[in-house]
Amino acid sequence: MSIEFTPTEMMTIAAARALTNDDVCFVGIGAPSAACNVARLTHAPDITLIYESGTIGTKPDVLPLSIGDGELCDTALCTVSVPEMFRYWLQGGRITTGFLGGAQIDRFANLNTTVVGDYDKPKVRLPGGGGAPEIASNCGQIYITMALNKRGFVNHLDFITSMGHGEGGDHRARLGMKTKGPTRVITDLCIFEPDPATKELTVVSIHPGVSRATIEENCGWPVRFAETVAETPVPTTTEISVLRDINARTKKAHEAA
Amino acid sequence: MARICTLSEAIEENVRDGDSIAMEGFTHLIPYAAGHEIIRQDRKELFLIRMTPDLIYDQLIGVGAARGMKFSWGGNPGVGSLHRFRDAVENQWPRPLEIEEHSHAAMANAYEAGAANLPFAMLRGYNGADLAKVNPNIKSITCPFTGEVLAAVPSIRPDVSIIHAQRADRKGNVLIEGISGVQKEAVLAAKRSIVTVEEIVDELNPPSPNAVVLPTWAVSSVVHVPGGAFPSYAHGYYPRSNAFYIAWDKIARDRESFTAWVKEHVRDGKPEDFARHVGKRSAKAA
Repeated sequence: MSIEFTPTEMMTIAAARALTNDDVCFVGIGAPSAACNVARLTHAPDITLIYESGTIGTKPDVLPLSIGDGELCDTALCTVSVPEMFRYWLQGGRITTGFLGGAQIDRFANLNTTVVGDYDKPKVRLPGGGGAPEIASNCGQIYITMALNKRGFVNHLDFITSMGHGEGGDHRARLGMKTKGPTRVITDLCIFEPDPATKELTVVSIHPGVSRATIEENCGWPVRFAETVAETPVPTTTEISVLRDINARTKKAHEAA
Repeated sequence: MARICTLSEAIEENVRDGDSIAMEGFTHLIPYAAGHEIIRQDRKELFLIRMTPDLIYDQLIGVGAARGMKFSWGGNPGVGSLHRFRDAVENQWPRPLEIEEHSHAAMANAYEAGAANLPFAMLRGYNGADLAKVNPNIKSITCPFTGEVLAAVPSIRPDVSIIHAQRADRKGNVLIEGISGVQKEAVLAAKRSIVTVEEIVDELNPPSPNAVVLPTWAVSSVVHVPGGAFPSYAHGYYPRSNAFYIAWDKIARDRESFTAWVKEHVRDGKPEDFARHVGKRSAKAA
């Protein structure tokens, strides 16, 4: 029996699978938030989800539109102030995993959400970094999820909002950073992981029905593939139904009021 | 002692042309009614400070009330761009906007340093991030004990801070519940402060001894404005209007539709208009 699913659904489910029950996860809004809650509602019921608004151990029934929806506070174990969140919990080293999205990414998993073009005369002014610069440096490791296309996966970033592996190799260590940085990038076509030595993003798993040529056509740099590339397992009926249910509840809630 | 007064009086007394002003509330309890009153009183040359400018500063920027802005994330949360902010930065409309951009961690630390009466904040931050290259107010400091190099930013000391809270008592003591963001720090860091509230009650009755209470002597003015945080929310009173945040994208995308909206809902409006947003649904039932 085969299940019908969209590339976006495959992306969210593959991203959810990266998380474990023991993770303490700092959740970015949008695609990361969907993935983290699908993980919580399937294989990782005891995962601790933290949003930068100060909500710790939150279990939202519908996905928040903003990082500080009331739903997050209502279902949290506790809610702390924003300075406490960034100082004690994030900078304090209590977060195992940060889950980020971004507008643009390069081959070393650096992210840009600030500007396209020159900073002082931008072609496109994007929202900016928010929590991302310190999430990227202070969480134990970082997962990133975003759709693979040439607009997002670019050969050169105009601006590094949050550092991934910088220029590659041991760049993070040279800056004194002790955390791992990005360890996995989950897209709608495939999964990348950084090469252990060079830190260049390398395809380690391809989603069902996707060709290597399609991945190459949608990426702004020449794509490297690992020696052994896996095929991402198809979504299970449980994963798909949990994702569709939470999306339906969310749509209904956001259209009300 | 805080003075309990009307919104018009509070803005008149506390907000002056050219002020640096922080109107805080991290998604929750954003003081929209006060923002509208500032537009009605036609304040000019303001330097806006806020972690997430949100729609409240999109409105102030769009009417040309701001000369500059210090911020850390300038989007419409979960929806997309703040179009008036983008138009000001990309096209200098209706006037150029000087920006000082930080990360959330730096802004939160800077508010806390301001409340603590310190000149700067330090954090383990901005590692490998380009913001440090374009913002001269991001510097570094070496720990005198370990030699570690840390990021340093100036503390935030606004001329005036404005927040919204659930309730105050008749003396002007203020209670804040739910996502408390940086509101306490913003008030304590400022020279003057205004708190708009959903209710003024005889007894505050905090639900826990740890609920955030700002004593009346730490606040300049307290104003009763039910619904004053709409379209953001007041925990326990009304939910965030995600539908309005989604609708704002279309309103603000275009200069004419934005200006027409401001005329109808702000310039021709009054603080009492916000009361109609209360009680449609309780926040907890949402």
